[in-house]
Amino acid sequence: MSDSTTCASQDDAPLTASKRSDAVDAATAALVEAKGDTLVGRTVTVNRPREELYNFWRDLSNLPAFMENVERVDVIDDLRSHWVVKAPGGRTVEWTSVITEDRAGELVAWASEDGADVPNSGRIDFRDATGGRGTCVTATILYDPPAGAVGRLIAKLFQREPAIQARRDLRRFKQLMETGEIATSARTRAQREQERD
Amino acid sequence: MRALTWHGKHDVRVETVDDPEILNPRDAIIRITSTAICGSDLHLYDGYIPTMQKGDILGHEFMGEVIETGTGSTLKKGQRVVVPFTIACGACFHCSKHQYSACDNGNPADNQDIAMELYGQPMSGLFGYSHMTGGYAGGQAEYVRVPFSDVGPIVIPDGIEDEKVLFLSDILPTGWMAAENAEIEPGDTVAVWGCGPVGLFAVQSAFLMGAERVIAIDHFPHRLELARRFGAETINFEESATYEALMEMTGGIGPDAVIDAVGLEAHGFFVDNVIDQIKASTFLGTDRPHSIRQAIIACRKGGRVSMPAVYGGFVDKFPLGAFMEKGLTLKTGQTHVQHYMPALLNAIIEERVDTTFLISHRLPLEQAPEGYRMFHDEQNTVTKVVLKPGMAFGAE
Ligand SMILES: NC(=O)c1ccc[n+]([C@@H]2O[C@H](COP(=O)([O-])OP(=O)(O)OC[C@H]3O[C@@H](n4cnc5c(N)ncnc54)[C@H](O)[C@@H]3O)[C@@H](O)[C@H]2O)c1
Ligand SMILES: [Zn+2]
Ligand SMILES: [Zn+2]
Repeated sequence: MSDSTTCASQDDAPLTASKRSDAVDAATAALVEAKGDTLVGRTVTVNRPREELYNFWRDLSNLPAFMENVERVDVIDDLRSHWVVKAPGGRTVEWTSVITEDRAGELVAWASEDGADVPNSGRIDFRDATGGRGTCVTATILYDPPAGAVGRLIAKLFQREPAIQARRDLRRFKQLMETGEIATSARTRAQREQERD
Repeated sequence: MRALTWHGKHDVRVETVDDPEILNPRDAIIRITSTAICGSDLHLYDGYIPTMQKGDILGHEFMGEVIETGTGSTLKKGQRVVVPFTIACGACFHCSKHQYSACDNGNPADNQDIAMELYGQPMSGLFGYSHMTGGYAGGQAEYVRVPFSDVGPIVIPDGIEDEKVLFLSDILPTGWMAAENAEIEPGDTVAVWGCGPVGLFAVQSAFLMGAERVIAIDHFPHRLELARRFGAETINFEESATYEALMEMTGGIGPDAVIDAVGLEAHGFFVDNVIDQIKASTFLGTDRPHSIRQAIIACRKGGRVSMPAVYGGFVDKFPLGAFMEKGLTLKTGQTHVQHYMPALLNAIIEERVDTTFLISHRLPLEQAPEGYRMFHDEQNTVTKVVLKPGMAFGAE
């Protein structure tokens, strides 16, 4: 299967799995706005129809339900939203994000506006899975780890974690869509609160 | 509530901890009436399983009474249920194929990373069995929180005592699936390594599936005696050479199907940190699978290998050549308990399978540490320990 998320000139493997140093350039040429130099990607198959998943995602206020580090998303208008995201040491980082491309049932792409604490851009693609298995949801994220002392602290979160965070968030999205809830092994409400901090 | 907690190698304690609460819509809270100690728990007791944390509540074989339900649970207060040890959602691709132990959603998102590193894909959650399989509190306690309670627990009709149905939670389906994976044909001879609970249920199941002969292998005389009771022939591996005996007993052909119900315990699973080991460039062996090696060598050409026994890491000197040259097939996995429960409940009600023969000891929950010690040290006679939270001290 070859589409815009792969580098057609080479083969069918996605750019986010590339070992080549020019993968970020190829990604910004074909996929996402150039808001950074660190590329992260992850696909999960969700046993639900494409439209349902797209619709849930397109209402951005739903996202904190499964994105663990996202404290809040304030929807400003149809295209713009303000994000408040947890960072180490009890801090938060913020940015305003603009939807740059939106195709119903297929994809949502975004880019942060100037002045973002952590510039970032990305897209979520929804494709029918083979064999009637539901939908392949692919997150492709490009971001710019900040410099400076505070920056390094933030980078600690955003440099190492985004790949892990993206795959954990996608798993939680899958759980919520497939089962109606997010699995927890906590025994008490207090324990679950602790795990979320 | 009171609960059996893990604190390290050979250190388990009954402590007072917070009661469980309903956290998700599909949850139920069960008041435990009976719970068993499993051979798999001994792997934890011996400290062989990574990602355990002090204070973890153990136990994955349990049953009891529903006392509280979430809005999405289909259970009703007062119902008696047996709970499968695998935590599965019932909605993902794997659950739709009844591969419940491969459920995508039973294991919380953050806990899936370790299994992903180790195995390539994460497995389902399990009760009371380390944080790699979810970090869920187990059922060797007064109460337990059961997620996805509309999919897992099976309701037990009135009038059937706990001890008859308790093993639906794990070892009966495990023995049954082991025999099913052996793809037994009429006239077959099936050899079973290990006469623990899993092996003994595999022996019974193999006969029910049409095996003409079952040969059971162990070194504990009492356990071998239990296998004989079900019609198995036996080999005590301390007194006879297993391969030679098997070849002679099968006319030089070898058993048509072999079942490894021993696992890593008997031969030491010496990982302190499995993750470090897979990252090391030299893949050191972590499991020492003596029984599976022997089973492959003994199996007849074109035969079937079934492996219910648990292995966690990498193996050394696995006889891949014999496996290929003889054209064997191997089937294995954590049991898809939910798939087998309804039919096996019927088999129990119709008395086609015997379950209670296995229980050698019954103890109050407060004496659980003693139960672990006995099951660990006196394997010959201690075949299965059942813990009862409500039971008075010092009974049987
Ligand atoms: N697949 C699953 O879902 C599942 C479920 C439950 C248990 N298990 C696993 O099944 C295995 C057996 O469980 P159990 O509760 O019966 O354990 P157990 O420890 O009670 O029994 C194992 C038996 O194997 C015997 N044994 C040791 N070395 C042997 C050898 N070389 N040849 C023949 N026999 C030998 C022991 O004497 C013992 O009687 C364990 O590895 C356990 O973790 C798997
Ligand atoms: Zn068990
Ligand atoms: Zn599932």
